[in-house]
Amino acid sequence: MVYLTRLEHFNAAHKLYNPNWTKAHNEAVFGLCANENWHGHNFELFVTVKGNPDPDTGFLMDVKVLSQIVNDRVIEALDHKNLNIEVPFLQGKMCTTENLAMAIWDQIVPHLPDKVHLHCIKLYETPRIYVEYFGE
Amino acid sequence: MGQEKVAVFRKAHFNAAHRLHVDSWDEQHNNEVFGKCNNPHFHGHNYELIVKVTGPVDPVTGFVVDLKLLNDVIQAEIIQRFDHKNLNLDTQEFKNLIPTAENIAIVIYQILRQKLDLALELQIRLYETERNFVEFPVA
Repeated sequence: MVYLTRLEHFNAAHKLYNPNWTKAHNEAVFGLCANENWHGHNFELFVTVKGNPDPDTGFLMDVKVLSQIVNDRVIEALDHKNLNIEVPFLQGKMCTTENLAMAIWDQIVPHLPDKVHLHCIKLYETPRIYVEYFGE
Repeated sequence: MGQEKVAVFRKAHFNAAHRLHVDSWDEQHNNEVFGKCNNPHFHGHNYELIVKVTGPVDPVTGFVVDLKLLNDVIQAEIIQRFDHKNLNLDTQEFKNLIPTAENIAIVIYQILRQKLDLALELQIRLYETERNFVEFPVA
């Protein structure tokens, strides 16, 4: 078993704001992140797949193909976007880094080759804050 | 000792949303020039700020500038103003100025210049992403 990681990045605006709560309650829970006019981040995305290398190519999978999947299914939808407004797979969800990582997982899994398994989505919201999701 | 100039640096960071857009241009021209950065729903960045202060070392304190005080000024004047804000909508400085990294660096310089001893040289380096950064003034 070997683990292969591809690093991609995207920039986006978001806010942490529960529409079922009052503005005051949102500000009490989410602080500066509840700013109604949005704020934004440079997100760094680490996608790790696992499996056994193919005996002929020596590849677990062609990392260019992995990059293409991540770009087509995730980066295209998120880069330079407003996460709350413009991303179909985040509609109705709170745009936390936790939920974003789990949604990214779901976007990638259906497109991986047979015998290649998604192991981890690691998503940095800032250089000092990141989440990991292992599909559990 | 005493007349040697030394450069000291303080790092800070803020997160903000923005949009690159010229009101007097039509949508097509804005999109041609600014591409994805013109998104009307905004996008955002983690800005990393490096403030460089150059001057003689004080013979008594051994400091060019007290970095704790420099940090206090950066926090009070820059971070409070821009962190978790929409630069286009929430700040006076960019009501009529396009919030490119270049312009943000110039604005930060102008704000901090007023708060620092004029005997000290000031330079701003601002990272919009890890790969895009600007400096002002040009050395």
